[in-house]
Amino acid sequence: MTKLPLAKLDEIANDIREDIIRMLERAGSGHSAGPLGLADIFTAFYFEILKHDPKQPDWEERDILLLSNGHCVPVRYATMAHAGYFDQQELLTLRRLGSRLQGHPERLRLPGMENTSGPLGCGLSQAAGMALGLRMDNNSQRHIYVVLGDGEQNEGNVWEAAMLIGKYKLSNITAVTDRNNIQIDGPTEEVMPLEDLRSKWEAFGWHVLEVDGNNIEAFIDAVNMAKAISEMPVMILAYTVPGRGVDFMENDYRWHGSPPNHDQAKQALKELRSLGGKIRSEYDD
Amino acid sequence: MTDYRLRDLHAELEAEPIRKGFGRGLARAGELNANVVAACADLTDSTQMSLFKQAFPDRFVEIGVAEQNLVTVGSGLAAIGKIPFVSSYAAFSPGRNWEQIRTTICLNDRPVKIVGSHAGVSVGPDGATHQMLEDVALMRVLPNMVVIAPCDSIEAEKATLAMASDRRPNYLRLAREATPIITTSDTPFEIGKAYVFWEGSDISIIASGTMTYQALVAARALSEDGISAEVVHIPTIKPLDAETILSSVAKTNLVITVEEGQIIGGLGGAIAELLAEEHPTKIQRIGMRDRFGESGDPDQLIEYFGLDSKHIREAARNLIKQK
Repeated sequence: MTKLPLAKLDEIANDIREDIIRMLERAGSGHSAGPLGLADIFTAFYFEILKHDPKQPDWEERDILLLSNGHCVPVRYATMAHAGYFDQQELLTLRRLGSRLQGHPERLRLPGMENTSGPLGCGLSQAAGMALGLRMDNNSQRHIYVVLGDGEQNEGNVWEAAMLIGKYKLSNITAVTDRNNIQIDGPTEEVMPLEDLRSKWEAFGWHVLEVDGNNIEAFIDAVNMAKAISEMPVMILAYTVPGRGVDFMENDYRWHGSPPNHDQAKQALKELRSLGGKIRSEYDD
Repeated sequence: MTDYRLRDLHAELEAEPIRKGFGRGLARAGELNANVVAACADLTDSTQMSLFKQAFPDRFVEIGVAEQNLVTVGSGLAAIGKIPFVSSYAAFSPGRNWEQIRTTICLNDRPVKIVGSHAGVSVGPDGATHQMLEDVALMRVLPNMVVIAPCDSIEAEKATLAMASDRRPNYLRLAREATPIITTSDTPFEIGKAYVFWEGSDISIIASGTMTYQALVAARALSEDGISAEVVHIPTIKPLDAETILSSVAKTNLVITVEEGQIIGGLGGAIAELLAEEHPTKIQRIGMRDRFGESGDPDQLIEYFGLDSKHIREAARNLIKQK
């Protein structure tokens, strides 16, 4: 049983996708595909998995969610707003001068943002430091989650962290790879092949789970299983559809780093609304 | 000669690697504060972290040869409330992992203590790859970062203890070879302060790290030439103690800087920037002039690259002649 009904979680994820489209259209720059693909995973984290309190972002017993591929931060901002960290109106300030919602996330600007990221490959190392620190304190109550991209795994820093976490068997870390198969220059397997990704992580001493990252229920189940594995760190390879929910963006690597223009945003919102089903909006004809 | 309770510079001075003082300071910091932790990239003995590791094995993390991971793990440890000291050779950290330091430590505001050992040409026979000369420049340009280059092992010990209580990201620059011990346990040290180690009125010799000893020897020799040199020791290259520096320069109106690293972006660069804005003054920068080092004996290299007291003395005499 989830805290909220699964249908409600799907609805929230859809709302988050709409917000992502509005934010990116207003900002005029930013990444579309990754954030849309991650909406289900972030909904699962903030509305079901994480031990957290939006009213006390610094709560000392909270779980920590690190976003390693900082360019996907629009999905985190939108999810945090829906979860009650700040007003949804603020989402439209994304990438504006003076905004707390920087183009890439900055911890100091926004309470609840756990790490500053953008340059790739650093999230897992920071998770390792956090997990080691908690272990030194004999604190097994808090869990560290890291979301990283697949293209990001071209970075050597990722594998340095993978080795260390494997060595120390930091089972208080659960990592999630957003396996959407695209990066800026094209499909991941053309730019720099990652497969066999499962075997790579296993060779570094990780337990690997594979799941449909656009299925909230399946993802929650995978995280629950990951947390039950106490001998090893777990990598969840979450297969997602980049641009998920917007037909003309899905699986097209050219949407990795581009925002929709006004007409594209209108079309995307109309599509998302019709998938959501019930509500008529200004985008409906 | 000064109020700073230095050793008698006319006597035979004991010498010890500056990094040894760091090792003792870290072990002491570990005793004083249970949140002090350490991580090293496969150079635990060389960087002198071994003392801490022996005393607190559960608070030590062996990272292996992975300097990018070293500092980012440090960022994570700091996020949990630890005070992490992370060490390697300066050529590798901060040489290899500058962007990780920039993003996950400085911009992310995590008080990680980066310790770069084996800085400068005095590393000796290992050659140019291991003689880190650009670390001060690399760290100095980062917002939020404090840059410290102690002059001897006693000051390094004090600096390490001060870093453990400082809320900011810090970089500590250490040298490999034995350096004459010029300070005592009574010599003051505070992050952000410069100290006049030798008073004079004709020229200010501004030095940091291992070069402060050379500057003092030069000042003593210059007094035999009838030249009154003032030696300003800069253990904290950032933030600079502008007040102490400017008050010395107001008196002398002539400056030499001395450092065991690139003058571009290094101490020489920092002093030139300060003086150009606040008190335009004739300045000569002694240090590495846009070139790499090479293999050799440490003393031989210091002389070869013009960093020894004789060269400093000669430079001062020439500047005074032109004054």
